[in-house]
Amino acid sequence: MKHKVAYLGVFSAIAIILGYVETLIPVFTGIPGIKLGLANLAVLFILKRYSLREAALVSVVRILVIGFLFGSMFSIVYSLAGAALSLTAMTLLIRHSGFSILGISVAGGVAHNLGQLAVAMLVLESTSLIYYVPVLLVSGVLTGLVIGTVTGEILRRVPPSP
Amino acid sequence: MEKQDRLSRRISKKELLFIAGILALAAILWLWFRFSSGEDCVYIRITVDGEELGVYSLAEDQVIAIGDTNVCEIRDGEARMIQADCPDQLCMYQDAIDERGGTIICLPNKVIIEGEEAGDPDENEIQIDSVT
Repeated sequence: MKHKVAYLGVFSAIAIILGYVETLIPVFTGIPGIKLGLANLAVLFILKRYSLREAALVSVVRILVIGFLFGSMFSIVYSLAGAALSLTAMTLLIRHSGFSILGISVAGGVAHNLGQLAVAMLVLESTSLIYYVPVLLVSGVLTGLVIGTVTGEILRRVPPSP
Repeated sequence: MEKQDRLSRRISKKELLFIAGILALAAILWLWFRFSSGEDCVYIRITVDGEELGVYSLAEDQVIAIGDTNVCEIRDGEARMIQADCPDQLCMYQDAIDERGGTIICLPNKVIIEGEEAGDPDENEIQIDSVT
């Protein structure tokens, strides 16, 4: 039990650092909301190793810390919505689909983007954001593939916690 | 050969279908949005926090202050955001709105600029705006 707490602490720290590293990478498109989702590496890893509960914990800790350090209340709400939807989608797929880490990560990326867009539409009280859906779907697939590949390699190499 | 085996073991047909489905959906939506939008946008509508600020003609070169947070410029039939006080400045890099339409959104300041087709029943508004 103690080991697990330490393990989760380490992964929360990794998620926070990855979130920071991501803010250093300039946005490479003109489209808001397109990010690599590096922090999802740590969250996906925990989700596969443990379960939804642990992954949600790491996710919330990361979002709060990153939000207070570099963002605003605004960005915290966005991130929480994206994370909630993404975790739900990934958990359902892990339990019921038999998808590999790639498919799960892609679903997580796409769900994350759609969750954030939904919040943005609520905040702006406008449906004109719907035009971003195709872009967000494609970017979710691409970043999901990258993150899924890397997480798969990490899972194979990092031994299970004692 | 071994590498190929490993890859096919890792990604199943079901998953490939799933991913292809998402991409296909994106393509269909993109095409749909592209061809359903008007080819003859002549106005832009600016909305701040759900409240309409006004409708402006694309034909007229002008600089529009949006509150004291953003500035939109119309030049040569194209509208773009030229100033924003938010840290990311993303709205300034979004594609300009021209006669093919488009949308510029500044999330932090809740500003939306949309292209509007001709025949919009807001002629009066344009006049009011050019007076104010």
